[in-house]
Amino acid sequence: MSEAPHRDDAGAKLGMWLFLFTELLLFGGLFVLYAVYVTRHPESFASASNELDLVFGTINTLILITSSLAVAASVTALRKGSPGTAQVLLGAAIAAAMVFMINKYFEWSEKIEHGLYAGSSLLKDRADGWGVYFGLYYFTTGLHGLHVIIGAAILAWVFIQVRSGRINREHYISLENAGLYWHLVDLIWIFVFPLYYLIL
Amino acid sequence: MTQAANPTGNDRGFLEGGKYPGLFGWIFSTDHKRIGLLYMYAIITAFIVGACLGLLIRLELIAPGETLMGAQTYNAVFTLHGVIMIFLFIIPGIPAAFGNIFLPLHIGAQDVAFPRLNLLSWWLYIIGAAMALASLFGGGGAPDTGWTFYVPFSLETSTNVSLAAFGVFTLGFSSILTGLNFIVTVHRLRAPGMTWRRLSLFVWALYSTNWVQVLATPILGITVALIVLERIFGAGLFDPTMGGDPIMYQHLFWIYSHPAVYIMVLPAMGVVSEIIPVFSRKPMFGYVAVAVSSLSIAAFGSLVWGHHMFTSGMSDTAILVFSFLTFIVAIPSAIKVFNWVATLYKGSISLAPPMLYALSFIILFSIGGLTGLVLGSAATDIHVHDTYFVVGHFHYVMFGGTGFAFFGAMHYWFPKIYGRMYNMRVATIAWAFLFVGFNILYFSMKLVGLRGMPRRYYDYVPEYTTLNVVATVGSWVMAIGLITMFVNIFVGMRRGAPAGDNPWKSATLEWTLSSPPPAENFEKEPVVTHGPYDYQEAGLL
Amino acid sequence: MSEEEAHVVSYRTYILVWIGLLILTTVTILAAQVDLGAWNIWLALGIATVKSALVVLFFMHMKYEHWLLRLFFLGALATLAIFIGLNFFDILYRYE
Repeated sequence: MSEAPHRDDAGAKLGMWLFLFTELLLFGGLFVLYAVYVTRHPESFASASNELDLVFGTINTLILITSSLAVAASVTALRKGSPGTAQVLLGAAIAAAMVFMINKYFEWSEKIEHGLYAGSSLLKDRADGWGVYFGLYYFTTGLHGLHVIIGAAILAWVFIQVRSGRINREHYISLENAGLYWHLVDLIWIFVFPLYYLIL
Repeated sequence: MTQAANPTGNDRGFLEGGKYPGLFGWIFSTDHKRIGLLYMYAIITAFIVGACLGLLIRLELIAPGETLMGAQTYNAVFTLHGVIMIFLFIIPGIPAAFGNIFLPLHIGAQDVAFPRLNLLSWWLYIIGAAMALASLFGGGGAPDTGWTFYVPFSLETSTNVSLAAFGVFTLGFSSILTGLNFIVTVHRLRAPGMTWRRLSLFVWALYSTNWVQVLATPILGITVALIVLERIFGAGLFDPTMGGDPIMYQHLFWIYSHPAVYIMVLPAMGVVSEIIPVFSRKPMFGYVAVAVSSLSIAAFGSLVWGHHMFTSGMSDTAILVFSFLTFIVAIPSAIKVFNWVATLYKGSISLAPPMLYALSFIILFSIGGLTGLVLGSAATDIHVHDTYFVVGHFHYVMFGGTGFAFFGAMHYWFPKIYGRMYNMRVATIAWAFLFVGFNILYFSMKLVGLRGMPRRYYDYVPEYTTLNVVATVGSWVMAIGLITMFVNIFVGMRRGAPAGDNPWKSATLEWTLSSPPPAENFEKEPVVTHGPYDYQEAGLL
Repeated sequence: MSEEEAHVVSYRTYILVWIGLLILTTVTILAAQVDLGAWNIWLALGIATVKSALVVLFFMHMKYEHWLLRLFFLGALATLAIFIGLNFFDILYRYE
């Protein structure tokens, strides 16, 4: 209790990875349902997916990929001894997260305006498969959006830590772990995008 | 290594002092031993509440017709009995309580890898438990779905399912954090010389369990989250008119909840693997086989969830596949049982209370496991599905297995935790009541189940009366045993004779410390030179 | 797990990976415009897998990690695959 705080970067990283596994499996439950329902209703899924706006989806994909690049590069910047660059990169990633959420907001409101929301009467009238497609769409992108917000908050936290110098060239594991979390958000989207926006 | 002196000179070890005074020194402590004890007290409280509900269920069933409560109350009581016993008692039971206290000690570490995360997981447990209990009293009345929250009923009932489900979500998060913490601890914090071959089998069992906790619990999280979301939005993911499939709910639920039975029983097997060699004065027979069987139970356990759904309307192909896979899990389980028996063979067995519980585990778990095969084989399952045979089966493996192992662990590690000893004679009498009452109660359930009495009804036809009366009487015998046991433990805590540092002459590392262990565990990092059951090398024979 | 200093990945590698991800995004969008029936979804999944492999290997440094962590990661993926896959014994044969 009185001894110096124990430091174990490899342990912290292992812990983070284990946590990412749980996130993966959390989304995994939704992918289980997706896999089963797309097998059962391929036509409905194809036609319902045409309702999604490919432009929004593509822009958000580019935003996430680029923000991932920024976060990854910020680790390199810090390790090479330029915390200023790291802060700029982190700031860019946080901004990207906000743009992503703004896009999501417009995308969702447009859908909801057209009566396409979970449990809407319009979906109840459509063929089997439309209901579950949009149910899964909202729950998956909603859960993903929640992770974007959490991820942005974590990035903001490490941004402050880098600024204050608590995260620095020698003590960079928190930045690296925050980065891992952000990449996971990207990773999930890499699958969400084709599965929901791109199937014919 | 000789007996380490307590550096602070006080004999209450970690039980005294602390960063903050009084209660705060406990509920904000990051000391793994204190967190473990907090877990233990919370878990035992939950067990007592759950046991009282169980006694109420038995009392209602002492005669056909309405005896004590109506159908709605009965549904709520058995739901709460299930939720409390599963999520608040057996899942966290051994890993969170005894695992927290003894996993770091077994590997010679100062603490777990992330002490603050450990405290957070205890708080999440308490918050989740509070939510589950609060669901009893809120607006719509207590949940009446059973602990499985099957759709469509769980989406339609007006009772407080959402709150209970959110409580379960929180408890799952707590379980994940414990699992994650322990895996990192085992990988990163082993003392010098503590090779994988020298890990105690308790640690091996916990390590296997932790992987199941990390990989399967998120599925439970998303499943109960979907229940809450469906109740709010009605997206129809499990509604056939919207293209959903109610059986998919059952798949998702059992993808977690079958591996969860290994979260419950693996640590119990670990405890038994600790107790048997100590009280046989022999090294564990087939150490490697037992360690590997823990891992393989964890792995195979993830492949068999479908055997809960043989009568749900799943495809015949799936029934065949899951039935076959289910039989495979019996192999590693049997490996454990054979190795325990081989360890006993020609051992110098002493029937101290922990050993009695461990031996009961073997007997009761074998009965439960073998009747499990009746359920795992699809043809026979059709006949006994949803009868009291199932209820008898899972009480044999869960209570007769994990519950008895929990009590065994309590009696085994009690002198280490408190530095005192309970009254052996009373402990033995309590065990006898428990063991006899247990078999009267649950064996009657199996018999009445074979005769076709369905589970989850507050009423039954008069033909089943005799066996139900016998079962209820058994529950009273068991209640006497439980009360005797807990009172004995409590009195021992307060007034027991000093136990000494190693009363059982065990060779695992926690016994090299003073009792109770000092707050900082090992004064200096121990260097491990022998295995956990090498009594000869440790000079204990 | 090894104790040596973790590898610093160069900006150049990251930018190459980023360009690769952009190209693959374009490819997957274009591929979706061609009707290949059920193969569309497999193609999309295949490209997504390659993209995620790039992210995991480089952005998440898996390429430079200890073999045990890589094994764990594959184990987690295998678990997810089992959780998805075994359902198909039910789904594909439900309405015989």
